[in-house]
Amino acid sequence: METVVPGEVLAEGMDYLPSFGTYRQKDKIVASRLGLVRVDGRVIKLIPLAGAYLPKKNDRIIAKVSDIAISGWRFDINSAYGAMLSTKEATSEYIRRGADLTRWFNVGDYVVTKITNVTSQNLVDLTMKGRGLKKIVGGRIIKINCTKVPRVIGKKGSMISMIKDKTGCSIIIGQNGFVWIKGKADGELKATKAIKMIEEKSHVKGLTDKVNKFLGSDK
Amino acid sequence: MNKDLKAHMIEVLKQGKRFDNRKHDEFRDIKIEKGVVKTAEGSARVSVGGTTVLAGIKLSIGSPYPDRPEEGTIITNVELSPMANPEFESGRPGIDSVEMSRVVDRGIRESKAIDLKGLGIDKGESCWLVNIDVVAINDEGNIKDAASLAALAALTDTKFPEVKDGTINYKKKTKKGLDLSKQPISVTVLKIGDDFIVDPTIQEERAIDARLTVSTLKNKSICALQKGEESPLSFDDVQKMVDLGVKTGAKIRKKVK
Amino acid sequence: MAYKKRLDGRKPGELRPITAKAGVIDRADGSAYFKIGNTAAYATVYGPRELHPRFLRNPKKGLLRCEYRMMPFSGMGDRVRPGYNRRSKEISMVTEKALSPVVDLSDFPNSVVDVFIDLPETDAGSRCAGICAASIALADAGIPMKDLVVALAAGKVDDMVLVDPNYDEEAYDAEVADIPIAVIPSTNEISLLQMDGIIKKTDLKKAMKLGLKATDKIYKIQRAALKDKYKGGKK
Repeated sequence: METVVPGEVLAEGMDYLPSFGTYRQKDKIVASRLGLVRVDGRVIKLIPLAGAYLPKKNDRIIAKVSDIAISGWRFDINSAYGAMLSTKEATSEYIRRGADLTRWFNVGDYVVTKITNVTSQNLVDLTMKGRGLKKIVGGRIIKINCTKVPRVIGKKGSMISMIKDKTGCSIIIGQNGFVWIKGKADGELKATKAIKMIEEKSHVKGLTDKVNKFLGSDK
Repeated sequence: MNKDLKAHMIEVLKQGKRFDNRKHDEFRDIKIEKGVVKTAEGSARVSVGGTTVLAGIKLSIGSPYPDRPEEGTIITNVELSPMANPEFESGRPGIDSVEMSRVVDRGIRESKAIDLKGLGIDKGESCWLVNIDVVAINDEGNIKDAASLAALAALTDTKFPEVKDGTINYKKKTKKGLDLSKQPISVTVLKIGDDFIVDPTIQEERAIDARLTVSTLKNKSICALQKGEESPLSFDDVQKMVDLGVKTGAKIRKKVK
Repeated sequence: MAYKKRLDGRKPGELRPITAKAGVIDRADGSAYFKIGNTAAYATVYGPRELHPRFLRNPKKGLLRCEYRMMPFSGMGDRVRPGYNRRSKEISMVTEKALSPVVDLSDFPNSVVDVFIDLPETDAGSRCAGICAASIALADAGIPMKDLVVALAAGKVDDMVLVDPNYDEEAYDAEVADIPIAVIPSTNEISLLQMDGIIKKTDLKKAMKLGLKATDKIYKIQRAALKDKYKGGKK
């Protein structure tokens, strides 16, 4: 697959249809993002190689408490937009109005959470109710570009399972690009390096083998 | 950094390790390129791991201070440019940038690295002004020590421009450089929990309890100190940190030569 | 003294040597380095991110905000004082206008994309180098944009119509004109046009034509810079 840049003509004539990351200019289809081209029948779309996280409903993400409001918490979700978690969505406990909310989540805490709603103005609501949604304790957080998240997870989770197995770490990947890694110091380092390697080489073929080789080595 | 993540980092430090597998007293790779900016009288780009800074020296002719009529002047300025880190803002220099400018300046001034008398031109009338500007290009931690190294490297690269009838011809450089008999090297030692490290990454800087910048000379004398951040230090802490700063300074000195 | 031969020996339509690289500053969301002759520019992109102050927020689309800054040691001659001045403010504004027609921030209402253009050394043509660097950096950041923007200066020194004048040519003791131009290659639209100096209408036309002809070379270099970052991945 070839890297294309904004303004590059991808196809001429009316046989093709523009899709994500492309646009039609007269009889041409032109790239509007840096990415890799994928042709699916008549449809031409672009797989972006870089870009900011845009919050989507039902995404499981990792978020960081940035502020405490009257009836909930404000989170940094590695995006241009903050997100809100209301006391109702935070826990099954009843939280009295005026309670000290830092008892549940304090500024700087990280959580695994889910997006329940995104408005047209990109106001984002979160919930902690659901399987696997929790506050993060210990370990380390790293940041990758959100466009590389699918590659780090791999087909049906194959890539990430391999990293978990070979490093003995628990790893959670947020769709927003925050990744939580917890294990022994050496394992965490190896997992971090493997994930960074995938991020950097996401466009390279045969990546799974390369990562496997890296994890098997003593580096 | 929240306390759980910090606790985890401290645990790793206690095992004698760091998140990136370095030893506590280990610097990342240092790269120094001189003469990278043609418009400056001296320049250097310095990388410490992923951190990059650019230093440039501009020389001009001005008037000496009335109380030091025979001396020239040095002016140091470190800019934490918003290009280098999403948290740096444009506009007036913030306190971090002012502190860094002062610390770099103190290292150079107090070590008497530059003979200020040698910068005098006409007693009480004119002298050289040495402007040292350091700009942060990419901040992956420890801009401070990188800035000190870059300032020094740029000073050693400096050549005086030609002067005719009191005006400078910037296009013509002479062979005359600055007289730098002493070369101060700064090492910032961080205290995180009960451990001491040098050359922090951004993550480690976020977990910082206290820091001490130690500037040393070739004979291992100390020429400047600066303690920073909120936690106080015990007498023993200071001895350990000075010791680590002096030792690391000597190691770096060998590398940069 | 008629200007028959360029001071550095170039042909009238010839650009100075160019190097460009994408992704040079890891902390940034996108970045580029662009050097033409002895004029060098870094461009860094941060965002889309939260916009302050609030009153600048646009609920329909994100804001593109550019800041052009010369490093203190980047000028021929005296030290450049850091911080805002009228010149850098104006150049920041025209840079924004040069880039904004290609940038599509409709998916990012209320946010801002910050572009910082920092020049370590300059020898004329700095705003154009900045625009060239900025459009590579925006693409590198994955910002939706319909094309890159190419910028260069056309000009005239004495009787010679030429492109990419350097500092010595701009300072030449004769009638001199300096015409910075930015172009959107896919549509041939002009998104920046300024002029300093004196020129006749017919020569202006000639100079612009010569300038537009030279844009193709820069455009190719810009594209190559972005593709080079991902080289080795084709197999």
